[in-house]
Amino acid sequence: MLSELRSWKEIPIGGVAWKLSTENKTGDWSPFKPRIDQTKCTKCLICWILCPDMAIEWDGEKVHEKHDYCKGCGVCANECPVKCISMVRG
Amino acid sequence: MNKIVMGLNGNEAIAFAVKQCDVDVVSAYPITPQTIIVEKFSEFIADGEVKCSFIPVESEHSALSVCVGAAALGARTFTATSSQGLALMWEMLYIASGLRLPIVMAIVNRALSAPINIHCDHSDSMGCRDSCWIQIYCEDAQEAYDAVIQAFKIAEHEDVQLPVMVTIDGFTISHTLQRVEVLPDDVVKRFVGVRKPVEIEIPGMGKVPMILDPENPLTFGSLDLYDYYFEHKVQQHEAIEKSRPVIRKINDEYYEISGRRYGDGFIDGYGLEDAEVAVIVLGSTAGTVRSIVKKLRNKGKKVGVLRLRTFRPFPYREIVDALKDVEVIGVMDRSGAYGGIGGPVYVETLAAFYNSKRKPKIINYIYGLGGRDTPPALIEKMFEELPKLEGGEVKFLGVR
Repeated sequence: MLSELRSWKEIPIGGVAWKLSTENKTGDWSPFKPRIDQTKCTKCLICWILCPDMAIEWDGEKVHEKHDYCKGCGVCANECPVKCISMVRG
Repeated sequence: MNKIVMGLNGNEAIAFAVKQCDVDVVSAYPITPQTIIVEKFSEFIADGEVKCSFIPVESEHSALSVCVGAAALGARTFTATSSQGLALMWEMLYIASGLRLPIVMAIVNRALSAPINIHCDHSDSMGCRDSCWIQIYCEDAQEAYDAVIQAFKIAEHEDVQLPVMVTIDGFTISHTLQRVEVLPDDVVKRFVGVRKPVEIEIPGMGKVPMILDPENPLTFGSLDLYDYYFEHKVQQHEAIEKSRPVIRKINDEYYEISGRRYGDGFIDGYGLEDAEVAVIVLGSTAGTVRSIVKKLRNKGKKVGVLRLRTFRPFPYREIVDALKDVEVIGVMDRSGAYGGIGGPVYVETLAAFYNSKRKPKIINYIYGLGGRDTPPALIEKMFEELPKLEGGEVKFLGVR
């Protein structure tokens, strides 16, 4: 992300971010990641609503895990009413 | 020139100025001796004299937090506090300046606890020395009124975009009824104008106003580590340096509408043309020192006074230039200097002269802590004593 470091004259003032937060992949430090068993998923979207980091994506048909941004908190697995989300190491 | 004269104390003068500056959001928490400012201002709102959101909060930390949020939205914002309240705002002071938000805050100077004391000294605002807030110390209620109007223009200038503190001495200025000339509402409104957010360049978005706006979403206050934090701090350093010509210019522009100016905006000298002994002082004590200088000059003594108006940015070039022929300088500090060379104004003055060719004798007088009175006789004694000193002494004026 920071391959081209800019000088103080080249960046916006006030620490305002000038890149999209999606460019900054923040999911590399979680020991456990959610894995969704799509055969059991009822598409209730509770995981999509509750994920504090928008690391569950709903494409209109299925929910997907976005491991690039997941911090591994496990809220999704804990709250899933049909227990189709498991937290797996890696 | 339109002349409207009112009888106002320092706090009321500030509230009146804020009312005329078309402020959008005021958030504050009461504390002696500041309370009258926001109390008076809330009356203006209740009476329909000003259209502004007044947000009462549970602490000063929250008051400045509200101002930070409102200013980030593009609002013109104001708050006021004193002493412990300012101490509680400490964390947010750096956030306001770091996010480059042009908030104006009135500080009614009051000693810090412990022991608890409600009277004036400058230890509260001097503690904010390195928070990157511009600091203007006023001498009387008239200047408090004038400085608040100037403060919004300085803070919101495109080259500056930093918060400004306007300070008055607790009780001595804040609670003393004085003659204050005010400007008509429309003159002030035209002078300060409407806050215009600066534009910043964001790749993919182009130039956008630096405010929180759902149409052009920006992230304020995100994590900024060893890769860019330093660059952002250098930007702040640059901004406060750039405030120097702005303060000077606005002092002159204000003269055009009011007929009043305060020296060059930074320092205000009296009797310095031929002075051999001079005193540097800020706040209300400057008037007492000036009266003694007049008295001594009438007796043929070559003495002068330099009133310091801005402590941040510190006008080191202006001071060295104004005192270029002075042999002995007394620097008055109304705050402690525990474990240092001397008080904050003294240390800055020493540093300013270290880089100049001349090396006058410079002596520190710490005075007026906790509101201790500094009567004219004491100032006169200081002028008598100054030529006999070696330089480098730290004296306590008026202590038993």
